[in-house]
Amino acid sequence: MIDLTINTDVARQILTGFIKSELTRVGYSHAVIGLSGGIDSALSFVLAVEALGAENVLAVRLPYESSSADSLEHAQILIDQFHVQSETIEITDIVTPLFARDPQITKQRKGNIMARTRMIVLYDRSEAFKGLVIGTSNKTELLLGYSTLWGDMASAINPLGDLYKAQVRQLSRALGIPSVIVDKPPSADLWAGQTDESELGFTYEQADKLLFLLVDQRYSAQECIEEGFDENFVNAVLTRIRRSQFKRMLPPIAKLSNRTIGYDFLYLRDWGT
Amino acid sequence: MKLNLALAQIATKLGDVEANLEKHLNYIKEARKQKADLVVFPELSLTGYVVQDLVATVAHRPTEDDPIFKHLLEASQNLDIVVGFVDEDARHRFYIGSTYLSGGRVLHVHHKVYLPTYGLFDEGRFFAWGDSVRSFETRFGRAGLLICEDFWHASPPYLLWLDGADIMLFSSASPGRGLTDREKLESARWVERVSKAYASMFTSFVVHCNRVGYEDGLHFWGGATVNDPNGELLAQGPYFEEALTVVQLDLNQLRRTRARLPLLRDERTNLTMSELQRILQK
Repeated sequence: MIDLTINTDVARQILTGFIKSELTRVGYSHAVIGLSGGIDSALSFVLAVEALGAENVLAVRLPYESSSADSLEHAQILIDQFHVQSETIEITDIVTPLFARDPQITKQRKGNIMARTRMIVLYDRSEAFKGLVIGTSNKTELLLGYSTLWGDMASAINPLGDLYKAQVRQLSRALGIPSVIVDKPPSADLWAGQTDESELGFTYEQADKLLFLLVDQRYSAQECIEEGFDENFVNAVLTRIRRSQFKRMLPPIAKLSNRTIGYDFLYLRDWGT
Repeated sequence: MKLNLALAQIATKLGDVEANLEKHLNYIKEARKQKADLVVFPELSLTGYVVQDLVATVAHRPTEDDPIFKHLLEASQNLDIVVGFVDEDARHRFYIGSTYLSGGRVLHVHHKVYLPTYGLFDEGRFFAWGDSVRSFETRFGRAGLLICEDFWHASPPYLLWLDGADIMLFSSASPGRGLTDREKLESARWVERVSKAYASMFTSFVVHCNRVGYEDGLHFWGGATVNDPNGELLAQGPYFEEALTVVQLDLNQLRRTRARLPLLRDERTNLTMSELQRILQK
């Protein structure tokens, strides 16, 4: 029996403590979060509000012309519910000239440009608001590589990266995030009608359970198949994990000297704090 | 005899020994105010845990002329102190050390004998392995020091027991991990279970002080404990928060428990030894 249930009180305490500690130790008290209207950014947002206080969190909505109206509205529900400062910055005018340069542009490329443009705007607001950008990538999408490198993956710290999607949902409910956000089909909302699960070809529920066995419980592929998972599904997920490893690392540096960043120059980020 | 024990589960600044010393001195002052006879700090309490390439720059020697230890030795005139640090020997090998200071003197230094180098741990890459497990005399009777992974193995507490330690002083920088639907993390449950087991099996006092705070994405869960010779929990610090937990140990409990349950009297060390020799010769 695969049980992904977590104790949400413990998770809440550890994750709010993490946000507070990792910001304050480097001299920050403010945070900036891109609120998409989806569940992941909602959870990071609520954790940050609880860790830092509503007055210290800036919520930024970054719609594109084809973004669904629901997304904007759901982000607004959270802004109103938690009484935080917010900004809405349309990215349409920023990305359209770049799209126009190449008539052959695919929706995949457009999606990446939008994700990276949102990153640029968030990091600009970060400087202006003197707050650090809080990450919103969960463990499921990080392992599957279902995210844009230097786009939605970019952040100063990430409180969600060790929570599977089902655990994000569980914790979100416990923290009072409205069910209209928790229960809707997950979507990157990069084009109309896009959903994560139709793009991935499997459900998060299936993926969470398989990843839990493969990663957390160290099951072999064969053992997962014996547990009842479809062989093609297991292989597809394993391939995704392997092929997306580059997204979970900084670019490798070619070693020449006796002491090289990444190999034998080893310090935590929290060095001296 | 009574022993007023203080458990100082602190957060540390990574690599900032002066700042950590200051926090130690504040906690020592507070422990003194609360009439403590002994205050125990966590593993690597003067340096932080994931020191990696900082090892050589944060190392100190527990001597009177050391700029850090001279303050701690001075403070130990008032109450006994256990601190964690990076110890550098005369030939520049670096150890994860724990030292017992009393009356301005160093009574004992323990070098961690088990360096976890697996999973999220990488201690064997940066530190030398200690090679002794010894108990020592204190004004409260014989005691022993162990550091984290040392007591994940059964043999170091067993050796301390046979070497006369009635008070086992464990220190940790234990990263929290294994979140399930239960109230406690798996790592906390494991350490609490074995601490209680050692106290019960060795009919001894088992003290455990674990740090709190964060280093990058790692958090440390605190929850310092004291178990008595019956294996009963006498006190526990909070999880995840800095705290000074003060508790009185009635050392006469050793006699009462062992009169009832003579596990120490009946321990067949020669049998253990001869079987170990046979096993090692295989």
